[in-house]
Amino acid sequence: MKAIIRQRVEDKLYQNRYLVDPCRPHISVRKHVFPSPNLLALTQVCPAKCYQLNDRGQVTIVTDGCLECGTCWVLCGATGEISWKYPRGGFGVLFKFG
Amino acid sequence: MRNEKFDAIVVGAGMSGNAAAYAMAVRGLKVLQLERGEYPGSKNVQGAILYADALEEIIPNFREDAPLERHLIEQRFWIMDSMSHTGIHYRSDDFNQRRPNRYTIIRAQFDKWFSARVREAGCTVLCETMATKLIKDSNGSVKGVYTDRTGESILADVVVLAEGVNGFLGTRGHLRETPKPDSVALAVKEMHFLPEDVIAERFGLTAGEGCVIEAGGTISRGIPGLGFLYTNKESISIGIGCLVSGLAATMEKPYDILDAFKHHPSIRPLIAGSEVKEYAAHLIPEGGFRAIPQLFGNGWVVVGDAAQLNNAAHREGSNLAMTSGYLAGRAIADVKDHGRSMVKANLSLYKSMLYESFVIKDLMKHKDMPRFLHANCQSFFVHYPKLMSQAAQSFVRVDGTSKLEKEKATSAAFFKARSGWGLISDTVRLARAWR
Repeated sequence: MKAIIRQRVEDKLYQNRYLVDPCRPHISVRKHVFPSPNLLALTQVCPAKCYQLNDRGQVTIVTDGCLECGTCWVLCGATGEISWKYPRGGFGVLFKFG
Repeated sequence: MRNEKFDAIVVGAGMSGNAAAYAMAVRGLKVLQLERGEYPGSKNVQGAILYADALEEIIPNFREDAPLERHLIEQRFWIMDSMSHTGIHYRSDDFNQRRPNRYTIIRAQFDKWFSARVREAGCTVLCETMATKLIKDSNGSVKGVYTDRTGESILADVVVLAEGVNGFLGTRGHLRETPKPDSVALAVKEMHFLPEDVIAERFGLTAGEGCVIEAGGTISRGIPGLGFLYTNKESISIGIGCLVSGLAATMEKPYDILDAFKHHPSIRPLIAGSEVKEYAAHLIPEGGFRAIPQLFGNGWVVVGDAAQLNNAAHREGSNLAMTSGYLAGRAIADVKDHGRSMVKANLSLYKSMLYESFVIKDLMKHKDMPRFLHANCQSFFVHYPKLMSQAAQSFVRVDGTSKLEKEKATSAAFFKARSGWGLISDTVRLARAWR
């Protein structure tokens, strides 16, 4: 019986099907000096690991692996720290099973 | 399409949107359905269990050709700590009836099928099209939507918002609020593929039979949450949902929690050797009755997850979505048949139909459950699971200690963790919230 293989999130996302809209990221992080606790939490809580902390302590985003769950919008939408929308129709993650 | 006007526009092709579109199209209304995914189902994520009753109401003969995985004959409820699980299993041959009660499904496939039925009923379905904004007149009445297809506007008498928990037409159009971190759970899920006979053997099933495991306890690390494992024909859906506010407060990574669940000694042998083919995430509305927004207004109604219609206590969602969509569709068709306009007063028919149905009755019954569990998450997701495991182990293990001593030690452990008063008050408050 084969064991379960531990996978990095990046490799998990690699199983998924995406149609990336080049140069049109659907989420962006507003310029900030220090991230708020909620924005900082996204570096841990985002299930697609889209949010990263840079070496200056600011939160950045790469949306290519986004699962469109909306957690970041729920946590940071109200404070205006991120601008959030869905990818254009047809683009983004395309679940084979869902 | 620019000059065409529809009786109704349905935004979204999930469970509630398809049910609404179907209900209106079979009644002869001119319906347009918009879906932002490449095909219906490509953006939809669910566990997923289909409750036959809700669909049967809409499409009585669905069993003839709907893509169903397994009908469920066994349900396991587990309370877990890091090493063990204590559980109740309910299995009955009664569930092997001619018209089974529950099935596992794969949403991408099921939604494609449902959408085909919607089209057959006469609805126009436009995929890869996102509704970007509501069109309102000077009185604030909804008149249609703008889409991202060259910014085209489409007019209709009524717009059905079936856009899901995150849909932003309703929130940005100020018809409802954005969900709060403590009223939505983030679920992450993987699809593990295994041969059909391996699944049958591991769960003690024969062809077509299915099993469900739903598990709470220390696996969610003190955050209100639930793990699940559903058997499909040739795959297992495994996932865990945790309240967003809890994740943010503890800075736990959802995929780490899922990995720990998968590697739990009670779960690992069930999925060993499987091939993972998809990783998905989705928000689940958990706010219950108190989080339900205004359900209708001039020229609009809201259904399904967008209306927070999800019964977290019973882990039901798709049936509430389907029923709400269906009732909204029927209400709209009734208003239209009577030659009335789609104003607030007339659309209130939808609300009264929904309040007559199990949807609101069930949510009202459990209206205090979300608040209760959030307020007592350490007790219910850390202390009690550990105590339960200790008690079960002490009961089962034979080690020369007398039974009386064991019972004393078990009750002492409960009293030490929660105190006598704490135990009584937890019980009373749980009973009250459940009532």
